[in-house]
Amino acid sequence: MTVPGFDNPLTWILAIPLASAGLLAVLPNWRLASWVNVAVSVVTFAASVSLFHYRPEPTRLLFIDDFNVYLVALTAFVGMTTSVFSAAYIARETEAERLSSVHLRFYHSMYQAFLFTMLLALTANNTGVMWVAVEAATLTTVLMVSLYRSREAIEAAWKYFILCSVGIGLALFGTTLVYLAAQPVMGEGADAMAWTLLVQKAAGFQPDLLNLGFVFVLVGYGTKVGLAPLHAWLPDAHAEGPTPISAVLSGLLLNVALYALLRFKMIIASNPDTLAPGPLMIMMGLTSLFVAAFMLFRRGDIKRLFAYSSIEHMGVITFAFGMGGAVANFAGLMHMTMHSLTKSAVFFAVGIITQNAGTKRINEISGLTETTPALGWAFVVAVLAIAGMPPMGVFMSEFLVVSSTFARQPLLALPLIVGLLLSFAALLWRLQGMAFGPPPAHPHPAHGRPGGWWGAMAYAPMWAHLVLVLVAGLYLPPLLAQWFQNVAGLLG
Amino acid sequence: MLTALSYDLAHLIGATVLMAGFALLYQRRLFAVLNTFSFQALALAAAAAWQAHIQHAPHLYFTAAIALVFKAMIVPFALHWLVERLGIHRTVETALSIGWTMIIGVALVALSILLVLPVTAHSAALTRESLALAMSVVLLGMLMMITRRNAVTQVVGFMALENGLILAAVSAKGMPLVVEISVAFSVLVAMTLFGIFFFRIRERFDSLDLNYIETFRGDR
Repeated sequence: MTVPGFDNPLTWILAIPLASAGLLAVLPNWRLASWVNVAVSVVTFAASVSLFHYRPEPTRLLFIDDFNVYLVALTAFVGMTTSVFSAAYIARETEAERLSSVHLRFYHSMYQAFLFTMLLALTANNTGVMWVAVEAATLTTVLMVSLYRSREAIEAAWKYFILCSVGIGLALFGTTLVYLAAQPVMGEGADAMAWTLLVQKAAGFQPDLLNLGFVFVLVGYGTKVGLAPLHAWLPDAHAEGPTPISAVLSGLLLNVALYALLRFKMIIASNPDTLAPGPLMIMMGLTSLFVAAFMLFRRGDIKRLFAYSSIEHMGVITFAFGMGGAVANFAGLMHMTMHSLTKSAVFFAVGIITQNAGTKRINEISGLTETTPALGWAFVVAVLAIAGMPPMGVFMSEFLVVSSTFARQPLLALPLIVGLLLSFAALLWRLQGMAFGPPPAHPHPAHGRPGGWWGAMAYAPMWAHLVLVLVAGLYLPPLLAQWFQNVAGLLG
Repeated sequence: MLTALSYDLAHLIGATVLMAGFALLYQRRLFAVLNTFSFQALALAAAAAWQAHIQHAPHLYFTAAIALVFKAMIVPFALHWLVERLGIHRTVETALSIGWTMIIGVALVALSILLVLPVTAHSAALTRESLALAMSVVLLGMLMMITRRNAVTQVVGFMALENGLILAAVSAKGMPLVVEISVAFSVLVAMTLFGIFFFRIRERFDSLDLNYIETFRGDR
């Protein structure tokens, strides 16, 4: 297999996080390490932006097309902003003596390793390499979820490890079956696993094997997307890990797993004799939406609340791609982006709130707009955005999903709207108490509330994301819209 | 070239892996589970080596070596050591009686044969039957993970599932990256074993029994 050379930006996008994962593992000073983490994430993002100007030719190992280029940029962007937030978050955690410097060395190293695996999964031109990358992403996040070593954190990490390992195991079986389906047409070897070649010749693959393979891939990668009823790991993993990790898990990892699923859907869609993947995805999407919507009402833990909201949004996105067609695919792509940006902003806010309050219990958090107005109002804006309030971008994409469903399958639009309204109500109800309730009588003596530099670093990523989501909701640049349309066409 | 003997041997070894998968289900003692798993890994190593021979694919010998050294020796040994060191209960705790587990296991094998054989009608005979065997092993591994409570047996169940996946991958003629995939799995398992020891789960819970761990499940 040929390794792309150094004139290829993809090499840099992958080599930088990988090399820094090694470097950060041996860097003893955590404060320096958190700055290095920010610096390399910025460089990775810059390299990913260069892909828009110069698109390298696909190699046997890596490739870039219209679809994955925007996910690479999004991943590198959220990876960058989260690294900034993480620096502020880590500083306070260390002052509160919840994390030691050994933990932090490990944490920073794993953060970059995690970015590397996600970027590799997105750019791999081989179903097997992609699988290895997703598996490695699971491993790095399991280690980060268990960072606090508390009873709950270890339980969450164990559950996450067991469920997702089985999930990716099944995905590998599906990958093998798809290889076998492609083998008679493509011949033996790496060609039968290359995305770029598979899509061109998918029409001649054995349809029965493809069907069986797709079901395994759907269940396997679907576990990682957090689709109900395979979502059990997700709330625990989000709730117990460090908050910057919750942000990247929700904002990025779920997208990567969904990307893997969509690539396989592209293959099966190009074969006329296979079953339609749409109904399966619609069903799983709606189930996730409803399970999450009802679960939202009963959450007592703020991070768990937004973890269930991630399941809800992943359900909506899967539903949209299941509907298929130009408008629904467009809406799904846009919703992936908007959810990614908004949900990580929500988790940034939640991170500061839980550090201030010293608890994750929703009951014990109240009156945020009075005690810390800047944070409180930012939280209000972020939660309204994720709940789908206009004029934010999430509303736009949800509106598109609903309207395209109405146009084609009006009956399916009904449960979709009910699910969306239920989760909207749940989030608003929870928000009300936290943001506008009476402030607590005995506030928690917070260690070093963010101020000065650290404060700016904690708040800036959140505002940056919210401004982007607002702008996208009000005005989507024609260039971007055109390009979402192209990709929507690719997805079939 | 492929002779009738090479088919028969490949199927015999594949069936041995499946038999070991069944044997895992009816063990009542933890050390017996580890020994049975070790035997299954040994059979997998033989299957990979035989496939390497008949497919003229030397890289599969690496897969066989990984199965032999890592899975059949190091992992069972490490788990053995962990069980002794951490003082874990040595009996297998079942969530479902062994009799029922076996009946469901037979049904799962029937299911995978009924599912795989028709859809692979156009594939090579060697691949067809091995795939059906591999899928049965995968499903039995899942069954073990579901019906056994102890964390060590869950890890063994996962590795049995993984043995099925590797069996499928080596049987798929000319499939690239099989070695990389088995290395990736091994790293995953190694990190987990390391994690069990490192986190000292024993110190935090009264047992590795997941029932203790899962008291926090649900609304919090």
